[in-house]
Amino acid sequence: MSDSTAISNSAAPEVHHEHPPYQRHHFESVEQQADTTNFAMWLFLLTEVMFFGGLFTAYLIMRNWYYPAFVEGSHQLSIFWGTANTAVLIASSFTMAMSVWSAETRRKGALLLCLGLTLVFGFTFLGIKGIEWHEKWEKHHIPGPSFSVQSFVNPASDPEVYKEYHDQPLAPDMAQKTQEYFFLYFAMTGMHALHMVIGVGILIFMIFRARGGAYTTGHVTFVENFGLYWHFVDIIWIYLFALLYLISRH
Amino acid sequence: MSEQNQQHEHEHHIVSPGIYVVILLALLVGTAATVAASYIDLGEWHIAPGLTLFWNPVVALAIATTKAMLVVLFFMHAKYSTRLTKLTVASGVFLFLVLIGMTMADYFSRAWGRW
Repeated sequence: MSDSTAISNSAAPEVHHEHPPYQRHHFESVEQQADTTNFAMWLFLLTEVMFFGGLFTAYLIMRNWYYPAFVEGSHQLSIFWGTANTAVLIASSFTMAMSVWSAETRRKGALLLCLGLTLVFGFTFLGIKGIEWHEKWEKHHIPGPSFSVQSFVNPASDPEVYKEYHDQPLAPDMAQKTQEYFFLYFAMTGMHALHMVIGVGILIFMIFRARGGAYTTGHVTFVENFGLYWHFVDIIWIYLFALLYLISRH
Repeated sequence: MSEQNQQHEHEHHIVSPGIYVVILLALLVGTAATVAASYIDLGEWHIAPGLTLFWNPVVALAIATTKAMLVVLFFMHAKYSTRLTKLTVASGVFLFLVLIGMTMADYFSRAWGRW
């Protein structure tokens, strides 16, 4: 439909008509440019769906395969930190949505505040993730040569987790398969965190540009499309939280 | 949708902060609900010998999907965007389900009956 609009409007293509400085020459109108970049951003997000989809499928099959190891592996995760991080990320999605609104309504102060809050929430998320990862490091739950199956062959030796779940000891071969769980845990949360780090970098760039008034003069495409990326990363976490933390409690 | 409506479809729609606040609260309630549900043993459904459906993961994924839909529709403006964007989102979900569905169908039927 936007194609047909474009054709009907291009009656005199040789004339260089007036347009705002942010409109690229190969676009007929600002609306067409906005629709096109929005479409392109969604296509990029679809490739991201395929990318994370592979990890999710691997998790689904491996969990089915080594079910007891995946259940006891997931009991090592902290529901408290997981829930806190979910709330932090949802809050950051909200402030990001408010950033888009501030740019659309040309409020520079509000835009800077909302982008700043999004950045703070982004760093908070990564900080909490760091606390969780550090605990895995201390307990030798990072897959590899120094991995320890102690918590799984002898659950009572890990009192903090044992008092909550009363896990049965796993046979040594099944206990080794908890490495499979932690491998996928680090792969999935690691790839998610990498997306967060990239997002935080772009946020800092955007805050510098926003201070110069780049997004509050009617050209909001960049803020909008970054918002799509940020919300997408939020959605990935919503599923990671359910799959890695919650579904193995019973 | 009529032709006239399509004409105006790609005009820039600004979603109001009120809607964002409602979605924020809904997402936080959803998070609390999914954590609470994980503390309750919701039981299982024995569909057939060797085939059991556990309700806890089903409920957790249903809540997660509801939350994801709220994010896509309102935070990501899919509800207010062009038909092309809506079709792109829908085809993405469909393609994802096809890939997961086909993979799982193959995986679960390889050794069917030889468990």
